[in-house]
Amino acid sequence: MSGNPYQDDRGNKDRSIANPKGSGTAEGARRRGMATPAPGGPFLIGENMTGGYGKGPDILHSCTISVDQGEIAVIVGPNGAGKSTAMKAVFGMLDVRSGHVRLDGEDITSLSPQARVVKGMGFVPQTNNIFTSMTVEENLEMGAFIRTDDFSGTMAQVYDLFPILKEKRTQAAGELSGGQRQQVAVGRALMTRPKVLMLDEPTAGVSPIVMDELFDRIIEVARTGIPILMVEQNARQALEIADKGYVLVQGANAYTGTGKELLADPEVRKSFLGG
Amino acid sequence: MELLNAIVALSNFVLVPAISYGSQLALGALGVTLIYGILRFSNFAHGDTMAFGAMVTILVTWWMQSVGIGFGPLPTALLALPFGILGCIALVLLTDRMVYRFYREQKAKPVILVIVSMGVMFIMNGLVRFIIGPDDQNFADGTRFIVSARDFKEMTGLDEGLAIKTTQGITVVTAFVVVMLLFWFLNRTRTGKSMRAYSDNEDLALLSGINPERVVVYTWLIVATLATVAGVLYGLDKSFKPFTYFQLLLPIFASAIVGGLGSPLGAIAGGFIIAFSEVTITYAWKKVITYVVPERFEPDSLVQLLGTDYKLAVSFVILIIVLLFRPTGIFKGKAL
Amino acid sequence: MSETVRNTALFATVGLLIVLTGFLQSWNSALLILNMGLVSAIMALGVNLQWGFAGLFNIGVMGFVALGGLAAVLVSMPPTTEAWAVGGAGILTAMALGAATIVAAVLLMKRMKPGKLRGLAVLAVIVIGFFVYRAILDPAVEQIEKVSPAATGYLGGLGLPVILAWPIGGALAAGAAWLIGKTALGLRSDYLAIATLGIAEIIIAVLKNEDWLTRGVKNVVGIPRPVPYEIDLQNDPAFVERATGIGMDPVTASTIYVKLEYAALFLAVLLMLLWMAQMALKSPWGRMMRAIRDNETAAEAMGKDVTARHLQVFVLGSAICGIAGAMMTTLDGQLTPGTYQPLRFTFLIWVMVIVGGSGNNFGAVLGAMLIWFLWVQVEPIGIFVLEVITSGMSDGALKSHLLDSAAHMRLLTMGVVLLLVLRFSPRGLIPER
Repeated sequence: MSGNPYQDDRGNKDRSIANPKGSGTAEGARRRGMATPAPGGPFLIGENMTGGYGKGPDILHSCTISVDQGEIAVIVGPNGAGKSTAMKAVFGMLDVRSGHVRLDGEDITSLSPQARVVKGMGFVPQTNNIFTSMTVEENLEMGAFIRTDDFSGTMAQVYDLFPILKEKRTQAAGELSGGQRQQVAVGRALMTRPKVLMLDEPTAGVSPIVMDELFDRIIEVARTGIPILMVEQNARQALEIADKGYVLVQGANAYTGTGKELLADPEVRKSFLGG
Repeated sequence: MELLNAIVALSNFVLVPAISYGSQLALGALGVTLIYGILRFSNFAHGDTMAFGAMVTILVTWWMQSVGIGFGPLPTALLALPFGILGCIALVLLTDRMVYRFYREQKAKPVILVIVSMGVMFIMNGLVRFIIGPDDQNFADGTRFIVSARDFKEMTGLDEGLAIKTTQGITVVTAFVVVMLLFWFLNRTRTGKSMRAYSDNEDLALLSGINPERVVVYTWLIVATLATVAGVLYGLDKSFKPFTYFQLLLPIFASAIVGGLGSPLGAIAGGFIIAFSEVTITYAWKKVITYVVPERFEPDSLVQLLGTDYKLAVSFVILIIVLLFRPTGIFKGKAL
Repeated sequence: MSETVRNTALFATVGLLIVLTGFLQSWNSALLILNMGLVSAIMALGVNLQWGFAGLFNIGVMGFVALGGLAAVLVSMPPTTEAWAVGGAGILTAMALGAATIVAAVLLMKRMKPGKLRGLAVLAVIVIGFFVYRAILDPAVEQIEKVSPAATGYLGGLGLPVILAWPIGGALAAGAAWLIGKTALGLRSDYLAIATLGIAEIIIAVLKNEDWLTRGVKNVVGIPRPVPYEIDLQNDPAFVERATGIGMDPVTASTIYVKLEYAALFLAVLLMLLWMAQMALKSPWGRMMRAIRDNETAAEAMGKDVTARHLQVFVLGSAICGIAGAMMTTLDGQLTPGTYQPLRFTFLIWVMVIVGGSGNNFGAVLGAMLIWFLWVQVEPIGIFVLEVITSGMSDGALKSHLLDSAAHMRLLTMGVVLLLVLRFSPRGLIPER
């Protein structure tokens, strides 16, 4: 039996009464806190974050991650190190039990994820990162949901960045190939004109060629001045383009440094880069 | 001539009733499918929501009739409909606030919400019976027929008459308008699209800044409207009895599932499939066949496949057949 | 230990409520509540087996209960020999043909290669079979229903002791459940809920309309009893003497005696089923069921045939509902197809299970007794409350409307009770251990 009796469905899988499709796991959607001024420090920082999912055990242990203007910061580490969890914590999709998240001189720890989007954060999750039943264009429109101004200019920019999307804009996003889906996902996040972009393993499950192309695109996005915080499986390649790298082990910071430093660090090489 | 008579008889006894019944089922099924798609559970209280909306409309209609407000040849109930919708919206929003919201906060599994909706069903059912009583209520007024059987016979000189009740005409027209509005809303407006997005992927909708609570409120608004319209149209066409509305739950669920739960297009298709099967299988075909076949082949029996009491059974058999061949319904994958 | 004390206290409370009814209203009503409570407890055991142990959502309890009721008629009523003479053969042939058609269709489906030809062949078999079936059935039915329609007009039963109907009712329900489960659980995704909801309505439709089988809405009355008749007791000098000996009016004594005998019978069945359910829960089979429930994927990976286990538990649970249905019809002494309503026979049982505690057999029994007590007593309490409320009001339409509406309070109350329990004690009164 699970801890929460309301979540105990007794293994029922009856499609005629319960719809499992697309239901959310994110916590904190109902958080109603306000942002408080906290000047100084990096542009975005999750500081000494400790927390886990629901009432479960802590996954993050006093973990700190930050990214500054014009930087690409990369989080690497072994499987189960809590890389994605750290991203979600920064985005408010799970409750941080201690520690703070600050963005652009404000403490946003008690903001809900949707409020953080309004504050200028863009997030591309690792999986389920597009609206499969909606067209490519509708996906981008939903990305711009919080904007009340005319976003056709931004959409044109996204289409410039990912020309294939313009071609397929009336197709259901679920019918696209893996690489194209990732482009839709990044494009959707860019539609808000975020002040910082967070990518959770953008190259997971795509072929090496597509991977290279995606990395190029990400560098292109970074050149437009948007700081990027990214989790990557392909540590070596990611660290090569990174201004700042974090190696997480069991939910805690193991090594921190510039991408080059980490690539050169014999310890890091031995443990995570395969020599 | 014989063939024309057959066609007229067929229209009179099968097509017209099936189309209006199909429209009512489709509206009901749309409500069920929206809840299933967005709130992710099958709402057992839907039949009683329809009954509640219809009841408020009836009470307002009675009041209007008593003070002499009428709608000419159309039923007064159409004037009262907006009040019924408002009443129903108030009830479902209150229910959501007091009951369902807590379970969303707990991230309860859908099947728990199904059980919760059973409780809501009991309460709404009791409420309707408490207020208006369990008996039949008639509230249709205005002109009874658009075309009466006698006029039709005089007009065309055929032996068979075609009667179209005003309520049937209103049902089809209203259903059409409501469905068009709904589709326009879901596919063309920002709010409608955000509802589809939320249905497709709740977490990503959150990441796009869509407020889940607003989506839920909009869903209830639409569902209450659809339910009231469906309930009033059904009540006008047949009659209003709380228990009948509860019984409608099965054909409505069957329609929604046959079409593919979560798909509005499927709900409409399902509504008509169920309605047509119910009517054709329980109709006595003798009259139509007599016109079509040569005299010596005329049937002696009624040529009724099943008694009308088996209507519910028919919807279910159709459901099983469809599920056996297409487990996800006809419009599979075509979510909201 | 405190848990045992708590549970005993809960059961004692319900017992006390029933005893209070005896003192305040009459022992007759108290025993009526007890007897139906016991039957409801058996139904709740069945539903708990399905939902509590296996997470199967059966909302067709009504159908299985009604099948049990049908069994009571078919087993215990005397056969209508005249009806058998005029239409028995026709009915049997038609049934055999109907079964043959279905078997043929299923065989074709399995043997032939998928394609248009198969579809057409199966359709042809079904359509032709249906018309032949109706051609043989209809005249026979007409003949049977003509046989003194006011009294019989149906085939009657086997004239066996009614107690036999209880296991047979269970078997009938089990058979139906097997058919439903085979179709609904075998589908690629699970559609059990809607299937049970639909089949229950179909069963009721059949009972209401197939007069040759059940007399339909004309009802079958006077089903033989497993216990003595009151009138016989009142004419029995020994009984009258004993009744007056303890200072009771023989008429009252006889009604109470009969109800007590029913209670003893029902209690025996309930205890037996409860014991069996408890043993099943503790057995390796029960542990496996719970393992499947808690993690189906893992159980499947360990080589457990999940669908087969689900089918098993679904059939068992439905059989228990069938037994309870036969018992209920025995208690009523009549089969009244018109009174089967989903709110009363499906959803109320669900309320019992959820309130009592899903996954706990004792919880199901407690919930059933408590909810049944409320179901019966809310009406008089509602009338009383409304009388108090309206006592200050002048006589008028509103007052009389309120008083008339008191009867509907019970639906409201059930909903409120269910929602309160779900919200504040989601595991029920006696939670699963």
